[in-house]
Amino acid sequence: MLVKNALLPDDSLVDIRIEREFIVEVAPSINASDDDVVDANGARVLPGLVDLHTHLREPGREDAETVFTGARSAVKGGYTALSPMANTNPVADTAGVVEQVFRLGQEAGLCDVFPIGAVTAGLRGEQLAELSAMAHSHAKVRIFSDDGKCVSDPLVMRRALEYVKSFGGIIAQHAQEPRLTMGAQMNEGAVSSQLGLTGWPALAEEAIIARDILLAEHVKSRLHICHVTTAGGVDLIRWAKARGIDVTAEVTPHHLLLTDDLISGYDPVFKVNPPLRTLADVQALRLGLADGTIDIVATDHAPHPIEDKESEWQSAAFGMIGLETALSIVIKTMIETNLMDWTALADRMSLAPARIAGYSGQGQDLAVGSVANLVVVDPRRSWEVDRELVSSKSRNTPFHGMVLPGVISYTVYRGKVVLRAGEHIEGSNV
Amino acid sequence: MNRHLLSINDLSANEALMLLDTASELRKISDGPMKKLPTLRGLTVVNLFYEDSTRTRISFESAAKRLSADVINFSAKGSSVSKGESLKDTAQTLQAMGADAVVIRHSASGAAQRLADSGWIAASVINAGDGTHEHPTQALLDAFTIREHFPDHQRSFSGLNVAIVGDILHSRVARSNVLLLTKLGASVTLVAPPTLLPVGVESWPVTYSFNLDEVVSEVDVVMMLRVQQERMHDSFFPTAREYSRSFGLSGSRLARIKSGGIVMHPGPMNRGLEISAESADAVNSVVLEQVANGVLIRMSVLYSLLGGVPLVTEMGAVDAR
Repeated sequence: MLVKNALLPDDSLVDIRIEREFIVEVAPSINASDDDVVDANGARVLPGLVDLHTHLREPGREDAETVFTGARSAVKGGYTALSPMANTNPVADTAGVVEQVFRLGQEAGLCDVFPIGAVTAGLRGEQLAELSAMAHSHAKVRIFSDDGKCVSDPLVMRRALEYVKSFGGIIAQHAQEPRLTMGAQMNEGAVSSQLGLTGWPALAEEAIIARDILLAEHVKSRLHICHVTTAGGVDLIRWAKARGIDVTAEVTPHHLLLTDDLISGYDPVFKVNPPLRTLADVQALRLGLADGTIDIVATDHAPHPIEDKESEWQSAAFGMIGLETALSIVIKTMIETNLMDWTALADRMSLAPARIAGYSGQGQDLAVGSVANLVVVDPRRSWEVDRELVSSKSRNTPFHGMVLPGVISYTVYRGKVVLRAGEHIEGSNV
Repeated sequence: MNRHLLSINDLSANEALMLLDTASELRKISDGPMKKLPTLRGLTVVNLFYEDSTRTRISFESAAKRLSADVINFSAKGSSVSKGESLKDTAQTLQAMGADAVVIRHSASGAAQRLADSGWIAASVINAGDGTHEHPTQALLDAFTIREHFPDHQRSFSGLNVAIVGDILHSRVARSNVLLLTKLGASVTLVAPPTLLPVGVESWPVTYSFNLDEVVSEVDVVMMLRVQQERMHDSFFPTAREYSRSFGLSGSRLARIKSGGIVMHPGPMNRGLEISAESADAVNSVVLEQVANGVLIRMSVLYSLLGGVPLVTEMGAVDAR
């Protein structure tokens, strides 16, 4: 196939020729006869996005999302690789479960699905899961996380960091000190004091980040901090990197845009873990992402069925879907604000996550010899988010009704068009 | 006025004063020969109580009945709610049964607003206490009671000093009172141990203190909050005795309140913990007046929300009959 008039992250305008799975030619103008010509018409063409933090709910909660519907949602959002978290039912804490999820991803055939394994058995935080078995399974797990729960026991965390060194693993920590967040409902501050909702102090996140940075330094292992939300967290990670500690970090699109004052109407669509913070935190996160302190954007796509959100705030589930809006939110918060250029965006959403996780064939520059994973997005056009039109099985988007920049028209996964003119190719059988 | 009463923020100062004025008029009528008004005849008021609160429920019940409304008491205990029925399904059931007003008490902050905003139900929603958020009718009855004791402050509380003492962090009574009393012009001082003041209190239109002795001699009104003994187990304070020594309204502290000052408590009181028996039963304790005024205020709220002919205008009383 041939992609014409593609504006690459470095602002060069090129044609891209793809044969089978690979990019075979990149040139200002290619006059090959090809059955399938896609005219990007000067829209941005980026390497396929890579998410290191996704909840797909299968096995266990197929009413919220399956691997297949999650993969469709990914395609709609320009992602060519997903990393489903381990908090399924049963928990992905054995080779059997991660291989099942991996196989479901292959069957869907819409994007790469690289499962994340649990750090501890049953996510209970007590005993290490069979990390090596997962690493050496067909799923080749490299990232381990108890996400949704913090590995709060410092000794267990230390052991986990040490243990994964033998197979190049990385521990992705959900930083939440459990005692400081008992019953917590939202960011602790002026808004929580007025709404009478139990506060979730920023320091409950920062205390764990600080501890784990020091642990990673001590045992010389790799640490990844999931969904950083606080200005203090950004400072700690910046300090750690300056000190040479092998730590990486992610921020979610929703934490780059939304703030805790949105909760004033008690709509649980804004209920998320970690919680929405203040404007000062949002600004610190944007600057941290721009200067590379925060390495990547990760969606924390967390689908929930309607009934789990249609309740009073306190009993509603935590989480938001985000695969289909992530790129638009990053364009809005980072490109339109001139904080980042497109090369940096491609790095934070594709190259860096693939590098951290070691995903082969993902996160490659659009150059000859690269695997043909790409997305065509037109930042000159905008669209209105409609929760009824999402490809995810769930509807819990906090961006409903918002007009966002960046219309995604094509997603190409390993040389195969999976989204064409904004429409799914496969997946009519949902 | 708004169709619902979810928060004191729903009211302007004038609307709040009109609710107080309406309560005054209703009292005059109630004291007359015809105790019961026909105003809400044929309308159904549902008391939807997810938390036990006999006091608040019977206050609303008696208010609705004095206005001739039909009253249905829906208690979560022993009902389908305890079998896992959602707020939505309960609301839709009440809607199908033709409720005109729902008085909701719920342990979750924001539950009343969820009920009002969700589109599940067309009835007026009255917040009778939601979690640790608000309890607007309590604040209104407190303001009504304060006004009765300070004749110079009928239209404004400017110049009045009010102390609210105790577990501010978990108190919906405190939140509603802070909003209403400051809206009416009062100066409010919160007094509590630092553990029981919310982080973020700096953004409230109040001052705060950790020392009741320093505050008590400066105030016209001292409002004591109920302290849950359970808070001890979460290390909010070490022991009941220590709390009582520092933040209880003892007889000696009571003696130092400004002359003409009053003691309030939303009840039920823990005698010997946040308030001594001596203070609770003192001549300037208005606790029982608060209870009586509660019925009048709830009548006023039901009357105003459910479209009764105005009893008062901003200019003063009009003839309702």
